Amino acid sequence: MQYLPHTSDEISGMLQVVGVDDLDDLFSTIPEDCRLNAGLNLPEALTEWELNDHMDALSRNMAVSPEYRIFLGAGSYEHFIPASVSHLLARSEFVTSYTPYQPEMSQGTLQAIYEYQTLAARLLGMDIATASHYDGATALAEALLMAARITGQKRVAVSSLIHPLYRQVVKTYLRPTGLEVLELGYLENGTTDITALDDIDGLAAVAVQSPNFFGCIENLQTVGEKAHEREALFIASFTEALAYGLLKSPGAQGADIAGGEGQSLGIQRSFGGPALGMLASKKKFMRSLPGRLVGKTQDLEGNRGFVLTLATREQHIRREKATSNICTNNSLCALAAVMYMGSLGGTGIRELACLNRDKAEYLKKGLKEAGCMIPFDTPTFNEFVFSFPAGCKDAYSRLLKKRIVPGLSLDTYYPELSGHYLLCVTETKSVGDMDDLIRGFRS
Amino acid sequence: MKEINELNLPDNVRYTDDHEWARPEGDKVRAGLDDYAQDQLGDIVFVELPRVGDTFKRGEMFATVESVKAVCECYLPIGGEIIAVNRALEESPELVNKSPYEDGWFVDIRPRDPSEMEGLMTNKACLERLKGAK
Amino acid sequence: MKGSIGTTGLIMNEPLLWEKGREGRCGFSLPRRDVESVPPDRGLIREELDISDLSEIDVVRHYTRLSQWNFSVDTGMYPLGSCTMKYSPKTNERQAARKGFADAHPLLPPGLCQGALKIMFELQHYLAEITGMDAVALQPAAGAQGELTGMLIIHAFHKMKGSQRSKIIVPDTAHGTNPASASLCGYHSVPVKSNEQGILSVESVAEVMDEDTAGIMITNPNTLGFFEENCREIAKIVHAKGGLVYCDGANMNALMGTAHMGKIGVDVMHLNLHKTFSTPHGGGGPGSGPVCVRKELEPFLPVPRVAEERGRYFLLEDRPESIGRVAAFHGNVGVMIKAYSYIRSMGPENLKRASRLAVLNANYIKESLKGYLHLPYDRPCMHECIFSDEDQRASKVTTLDMAKRLMDYGFHPPTVYFPLVVHGAIMIEPTETESKDDIDQFVEAFKAIVNEAKQDPDILRNAPDKCKVRRLDEVAAARRPCLTG
Repeated sequence: MQYLPHTSDEISGMLQVVGVDDLDDLFSTIPEDCRLNAGLNLPEALTEWELNDHMDALSRNMAVSPEYRIFLGAGSYEHFIPASVSHLLARSEFVTSYTPYQPEMSQGTLQAIYEYQTLAARLLGMDIATASHYDGATALAEALLMAARITGQKRVAVSSLIHPLYRQVVKTYLRPTGLEVLELGYLENGTTDITALDDIDGLAAVAVQSPNFFGCIENLQTVGEKAHEREALFIASFTEALAYGLLKSPGAQGADIAGGEGQSLGIQRSFGGPALGMLASKKKFMRSLPGRLVGKTQDLEGNRGFVLTLATREQHIRREKATSNICTNNSLCALAAVMYMGSLGGTGIRELACLNRDKAEYLKKGLKEAGCMIPFDTPTFNEFVFSFPAGCKDAYSRLLKKRIVPGLSLDTYYPELSGHYLLCVTETKSVGDMDDLIRGFRS
Repeated sequence: MKEINELNLPDNVRYTDDHEWARPEGDKVRAGLDDYAQDQLGDIVFVELPRVGDTFKRGEMFATVESVKAVCECYLPIGGEIIAVNRALEESPELVNKSPYEDGWFVDIRPRDPSEMEGLMTNKACLERLKGAK
Repeated sequence: MKGSIGTTGLIMNEPLLWEKGREGRCGFSLPRRDVESVPPDRGLIREELDISDLSEIDVVRHYTRLSQWNFSVDTGMYPLGSCTMKYSPKTNERQAARKGFADAHPLLPPGLCQGALKIMFELQHYLAEITGMDAVALQPAAGAQGELTGMLIIHAFHKMKGSQRSKIIVPDTAHGTNPASASLCGYHSVPVKSNEQGILSVESVAEVMDEDTAGIMITNPNTLGFFEENCREIAKIVHAKGGLVYCDGANMNALMGTAHMGKIGVDVMHLNLHKTFSTPHGGGGPGSGPVCVRKELEPFLPVPRVAEERGRYFLLEDRPESIGRVAAFHGNVGVMIKAYSYIRSMGPENLKRASRLAVLNANYIKESLKGYLHLPYDRPCMHECIFSDEDQRASKVTTLDMAKRLMDYGFHPPTVYFPLVVHGAIMIEPTETESKDDIDQFVEAFKAIVNEAKQDPDILRNAPDKCKVRRLDEVAAARRPCLTG
């Protein structure tokens, strides 16, 4: 077995040094009544070549481009990843290294994460970003817990246009703390209704996602002002980080904390994970931030170097009083993101974001002209809600047969919008692809 | 780390079992962390102090001190209201290491019950206790 | 090979990303524009984005050079206790990178993603079989999140019983994530000490177990490297007062094919796919921390569950007693595929063999270094062993100094200063993928360092000197944090 290097001679020699006769003797401290009675009931080992065939067959049983044209977003986005990024990310020294607790032999990871923290903060318009969280949902949950710690208040207001699955994760995280989660409804134009905030006291935070789950761009400035008026912190959430290549950043609109998803930045979708939780805040909240932070410093000879810092917030030191229990994070995904952002550059990110929006505008227009309804007139980025023309039956399944997935049905999440779909278009779709969708739903 | 006979334990302050010190100054009592504590902690990187106006009982946790690898809780030597905190420690936490009894002071207290001072140790008693612990 | 494997070579200095670049450079092939430009309202557009423009070669050289400053498992040995830094098979990377998996959207209709669902379903079964538990949820993204999920399940169990409790027993050898996860769930940690043999005693648990205690969090084998021999008795005591037993499965690498966690009395546990199941650490993550439970706790598992009916796989969301979602989607599927590939490549006999050889390697190191370093517990260990710096105290050399010097010899230091019960702890876990040759080199290096500590301790105090940087000023980094450029 190629991953087990010991020969039987070596094993005998080592057993002698240890002073036992047999490998079995090494397990003498395990009582009989704690043991397995038989061998593990698992399939026999496959050779590397059999594994390839097995996994090849399974991977073919999946709908991906180019065979399928999939217009799905909703927190997981199809973007081109340059060969250079995939190539760099595959380097052993990044992939098989450990958490950089011994900084002298981990300067590669440490400088790269410091660069990620910096670029993430700049993208989001914030002062500090952490070294990553599991995904946008947990980043949002951590942001809410952080706001509760900072303000000492027990209530949070969360927009109902934050990704429904994110709101479920928030409920799971906040339930045991006794924090009350209030949901804000939405207006006819597809943005959050913040009027209810006037009647809520004792708020730790107000959280709104932009672009929101309907794809609409929220006026974060207004939300922020209202939150601060109510003496709450303002948390901006997001699922499509690329939007901030074009749109005004959360920081520029008054966000105290930004918590969302960075998968769009060079990370493969992989059926939902691993992803990239991005968490950023204003400088004054630095010591309340959960998650790892890399800081710049010097060595004995005055050379610049990087270390994990402010570790006293974390579980391995504070234990039960830690700001979070997070230990392993999504470091390699953060690395992918900085490589991607570096490859695009400030100019490229802007151009790519514009292209995304323009593609979505083309599709929106085309669908409208074909008789579809676009219920919300608020500007969008690369996602929007639509419905097929009244009386047009089975449009969705007709398109599926043509190997086109025309968005995500909103039925389960927003029953009042039954019959509506959330459509996403990115730079990966051509005019031809979009025309096929527009023409394809009728026959 | 210092040997016991190298420690600086002045006689104009009184000491707690947890190595905080208290020094009466007119109406108020000034408090901080003693030389043994700062030496054991090593380089101090952050001190979290209470707010002016907060009140604590004697022995209640009122501050935390952090080194790179550890966090230490500090307990108030005598009960009362915090009337001043040493803002200099925000920028320069190393003052606690360099000058634990002067520039590195933590808080000024208006004591609720000044007789609580009698429960604290003299520097000789503190030294004996450290020697005994060894 | 004689002499130290650590040496110096030509590596390159490299500035920060924004210290490079020239306006107008581009490292990305922008897709063809086949649509009109429809700029949004000016008021929506952002301020200038300060990210430099770099060419592809700028980016490639930059990160290639940075990678060369890193040590990694593919470079050499990481004997990190409780981390299980075993070799990550490269075929696993190939499998996870297959287009059908890597490009799959998580919200595809089930008929369009059978491949991934089947892998997840089978993995659930394999992990249940390996642990001896009944049901598995794959969503937690890391061990710590698995622990939180476990705590939430325990919380939900007590709620259902109508007896919500406020405390949980945590041994003094527990990993920091244990009390932190318990705390996130609103539990107060009650500490319990290990005995002179380095394991929990029945009496010490019985003393603190009461009807306000939700349960106990154990790690088995524990972080001192010992099997918790009294676990069945301890489980009985906890169960007798209505509590549950949580097991931190980080050290599962000692037990595959030998121990049955269900028989041990465990009710809920987590696994670390990036430890026992060979998925790479990625410089800090991503990992994956599946949760395994006894049958009666299955209803509480997070959603969605992967189910199967007549050969078709699907996701079950409607589970009324579930603790809810812990991940937006299905967890770290990319990582799961690697663990799945590992289990399929190893098969049942090799998994058992891997654990046996991991334990052999650790005992071999213990016997080889005994007498050079102080061994606080001189008894057989499992997959990791603990030493301390007590014998070096006379020379005023610490565990930290020895750890830093090991780097110059070409090894990553072991876990240091954990667990807290051993002063100056040095926790060594070689894993089964280190050969006898590599382990002998490690042992020789440590012996040389122990000798240096006596002859010339300043070498250690000034170590490392062969790495990209010398010892770093962590105090300044914490006093005046500089977290962005």
